[in-house]
Amino acid sequence: MHKRFLALSIAAFASLIFAPAVAMHAQYAPVNPDELEVHVDGWNRPIPRIDQLPKNSAPAPRRDISGTWEPAEGWRNGVQAQGAYNYPMDGKHPLPYTPEGEKAWKEHKYGDGFGSYPLAEVNDPFKMCDPIGFPRIDLHDLRAIQIVQTPKKTLVVYENDQVWRSIWTDGRDFPKITEPRWYGYSIGKWADDYTFVVETTGLDERTWIDNTGRPHTKDLKVEEQFHRVNHDLMELTLTIIDPKYYTKPWNALDKYPLRLQTDSFDIREMVCSESEAEIYNKEIAEEAAAAQNQKNQTQKDQNQKNK
Amino acid sequence: MNANVKSIVLVTIVLSLIACLPLLAHHGNAAYEVKTVTLKGTVTAWLWTNPHVLLKLDVKDDGGNIVHWVGELVAPSNMINFGFTAGTLKPGEEITIVTSDVARSGAPIARLAQIVLPNGQIMKTAGKYDGNAFARRDHEANAVK
Repeated sequence: MHKRFLALSIAAFASLIFAPAVAMHAQYAPVNPDELEVHVDGWNRPIPRIDQLPKNSAPAPRRDISGTWEPAEGWRNGVQAQGAYNYPMDGKHPLPYTPEGEKAWKEHKYGDGFGSYPLAEVNDPFKMCDPIGFPRIDLHDLRAIQIVQTPKKTLVVYENDQVWRSIWTDGRDFPKITEPRWYGYSIGKWADDYTFVVETTGLDERTWIDNTGRPHTKDLKVEEQFHRVNHDLMELTLTIIDPKYYTKPWNALDKYPLRLQTDSFDIREMVCSESEAEIYNKEIAEEAAAAQNQKNQTQKDQNQKNK
Repeated sequence: MNANVKSIVLVTIVLSLIACLPLLAHHGNAAYEVKTVTLKGTVTAWLWTNPHVLLKLDVKDDGGNIVHWVGELVAPSNMINFGFTAGTLKPGEEITIVTSDVARSGAPIARLAQIVLPNGQIMKTAGKYDGNAFARRDHEANAVK
């Protein structure tokens, strides 16, 4: 009897001690955060991650780059926040600026990468939702794109900013008189059965080449080479030719890999909305600037006192 | 190991991993410095917006005063790949945030590396498979300065 009581007491005591833990366990079964890392399209349907891709690819089809493509090294690899992929703003990748080019770049107060400016001082036109323009659309936030080939032109539809470019393939030449355009005037030709070469001119000087304010003149010419390696892989090379600002052409992208997505991939909306940008600028930039001013003032007052 | 111990261990592992987490930036990082702070508070707004998702959180400071924190996350198009949606948080919910960076100016503004939901689920905004090479370079560039 004594023993039984003791056993019951221990059981009761144990249940008191462990009950909260058991109850908590019932309501809280945490998932490993790594397991939450999926890749989904705009329809919120799972898409294979880079580690889940098939290993063997079929040969590339002839003269065909159509389909939906994403950066091959991960869906976020084309963000290029710190500048064009091949020339990141890290203090180690100098560009061949002319004196005018360097002067123009120093007027661009960019918000990311080495030597970036405080948010309140940033004068990036995209901060106010100006069109991101070309070639920046390839060099900043390059996410899913869909390429559509028709007999006379090829369209590139971009997730970022929900814009498209028309690349004419009907044999026309560039217009004689051009008004500058955010996305310029593009003509495409097949260099061989697997390499589509696009030239673009007539670009608006107000756009930046990339997210770190690399500048260009109205005479900028951009060459893109879309080289389809096999059925699933394509490499994009993008060359900047602007002799007034750069002493020689430079490759902002050099065989940058893109992989084919399924036909059913829904491209998400990713739109720069002015009202949303305003919230962002107010909540983050202005608040931070106000606090910084106050901090500077306090420091100044303190210095005065110490004198 | 009971659930409490398990969660403590998990949080500790996560916190130590945060030191290696890439920064997430494309709209200005000069205003931030790298700093890990853990804050508990009440959600007042969850703004599912571009360029970046914002979280507003009321946090009690040591003196018992309410501080209105603003947490900056990444673009919705990134967030969905980590299980977040426009409805993940609602005003009034009690959550914990872990910062990756805080405003240099001392303003209660931070970039967030982790959010612990009311049910204890840990959510993150950068991972193994996103190919986020540039954010890693951002981190290195900041370290140089």
